[in-house]
Amino acid sequence: MTAQWGADEITVRFGGRTALDRVSVSVSAGQVTMVVGGDGAGKSTLLRCVAGALAPATGTVHRPGAERVGYLPPAGGVYDDLSVEENLRFRSAVFKTPATVARRRAGEYLERTGLAAARDRLAGQLSGGMRRKLGVVAALLPGPDLLVLDEATTGVDPVSRADLWWLVTRAAADGAAVLMSTTYFDEASRASRVLVLDAGRALAAGSPAEITAAVPGTIVAVPERPADEDERRRAWRRAGAWRIWQPDGASPAPGRPHGERVPPDLQDAVCVAELRRELADA
Amino acid sequence: MRAMIVKEFRQLRRDRRTLAMMILMPILLLVILGYAASFDVSTVPTVVAGPQAATVADALPKPFRLAGSYPAASASAASAWAHDELRDGHAAVAIVTGTPAPVVLIDGSQLFTAQAAERALATLRGGTAGAAGGVAAGGVSGSGSRVPAALAAAGVAGASVQVLYNPQLKTSDIMVPGLAGVILVFVGTVITSLGVVRERQAGTLEQLAVMPLRPADVFLGKIVPYFAVAVADLAIVLAIGVAVFGVPFRGSAAIFGLGALLFVFVTLGLGVLISSVSQTQGQAIQLAVMTLLPQVLLSGLIFPLSSIVAGVRWIAYLLPLTYFTEIARGVMLRAEPIGSLWPPFVYLALLGVAVATLATLRFRATLAPGSAR
Repeated sequence: MTAQWGADEITVRFGGRTALDRVSVSVSAGQVTMVVGGDGAGKSTLLRCVAGALAPATGTVHRPGAERVGYLPPAGGVYDDLSVEENLRFRSAVFKTPATVARRRAGEYLERTGLAAARDRLAGQLSGGMRRKLGVVAALLPGPDLLVLDEATTGVDPVSRADLWWLVTRAAADGAAVLMSTTYFDEASRASRVLVLDAGRALAAGSPAEITAAVPGTIVAVPERPADEDERRRAWRRAGAWRIWQPDGASPAPGRPHGERVPPDLQDAVCVAELRRELADA
Repeated sequence: MRAMIVKEFRQLRRDRRTLAMMILMPILLLVILGYAASFDVSTVPTVVAGPQAATVADALPKPFRLAGSYPAASASAASAWAHDELRDGHAAVAIVTGTPAPVVLIDGSQLFTAQAAERALATLRGGTAGAAGGVAAGGVSGSGSRVPAALAAAGVAGASVQVLYNPQLKTSDIMVPGLAGVILVFVGTVITSLGVVRERQAGTLEQLAVMPLRPADVFLGKIVPYFAVAVADLAIVLAIGVAVFGVPFRGSAAIFGLGALLFVFVTLGLGVLISSVSQTQGQAIQLAVMTLLPQVLLSGLIFPLSSIVAGVRWIAYLLPLTYFTEIARGVMLRAEPIGSLWPPFVYLALLGVAVATLATLRFRATLAPGSAR
């Protein structure tokens, strides 16, 4: 049976503010699950709960023992005043990873991510992207069953992102259940499953194909920002043009060019989900 | 500049703990330390031994306060008992009566008390002579003259005075053992207090929280390296004290070492505890200094404990430096054995248990997946 980790209907409150409202997520061994959403959506809070850094007020979290969880916190989780090598040694010592296994993995991961030449450099002297890569390597080193990575690729250059993705897919191939948060939709599109969060609520969940297929109504691309006030509320800028979501049964505003109907991708699906939530709350 | 000032005020207003410490703590410290800052010694605990012990004990004038008497007939037994009483810190002055001549012994390791005793003895000798003359003239009466007369009859007026353990009443001899403790407090509490809060600010505390580490692992892991540094510091400070300042080390190194280890454990644990309750390094340093200052001023290092107002003195008994100073002076200056030093050892051990328990509980709250924080 495939191991299933994740959270079931969890709620987290910070004072009077609800950061997560009955959110569920499941993460299967060998698969990558992405959590997407804007700033303040609750991505980090959800990942902290799943990793074990935060206890939800209600709901249940399923995770293996701490020795089988790899976690990359938003701050990176590495010690700036330790070298790359020393950071990895500390991690393998705490997780009691056999020395030969730790050496082999560290050598392979550092080589693949371009950190091998920086083994003796202090983590604080690495670039932001290199530090993130080190954080992911450190989280991977013990060979976790559950790998939780909070915005591992944020602020990282495209080459380093590719390196990080190699690490992530490698972990999944080795049987880890990977839960990641990201603000990049191209990354989320590569995941097995995606959870869309907005203002602490789950707006959509499923495979990228399932999420895009479930978008109601139609999406049209127009060159100019729509003049109609109602359509403006349902429009977003993308790739130098504007996209308008038309709910089922809605007609284009009078005088507006019909535009080109486009099949929604994951980014469109997330925009529509957020718009629907905003319109429902209004 | 105005924008900068406004920004700083806004930040200060939000940092309630710092603001409270800046306003309330100085007031609190001033009041407490004001009552503590006194070199005045109002009582000198005194033991009396020898065949005329009872007579002298009944006649002791202020500031001498009877702390015990031993009416031994044998001069050697009386002298040995008196030396033991001073060595074990039960009294600051011992009056040994009998033949060949009475002797007044003063414990020089209690500097201010010893100085007060010397002054009182000098006054007493002058008063005794006058009173004896009065008695001889047969015309003096009243309580003021009867006391010196009784002492004169016991021969105390002509007694020789010996200052033990610190014959020249050197300040360095009594300060260096205690200062070694202050340095350990600085290394132990102030520097260790940054340990956890630095993890918090660097974002690695959350990483520790999800790692397979027990709170006790983190607590001990945090203090062991500092423990080694503090012990090395102590050895260096003592070596300098002995070599440069000529401070004697008369007692057992093993007893001193045991006391030092207990004391270092308490101070390091206090540092970790402070760190675990602080949100920023600034707060941690402020709290650590707030514990350092009372220890310096209330522990008996500078001001005699007996001079501190009773309402404030109880604080001294909560401070680890109080007990370390007692152990360090006792072992180094008076070669005090463990048999009489067990109370400070027990109190230090209790403080160690309390601090380690509190710090571990704080770690459990901080590292365990807690509620939103």
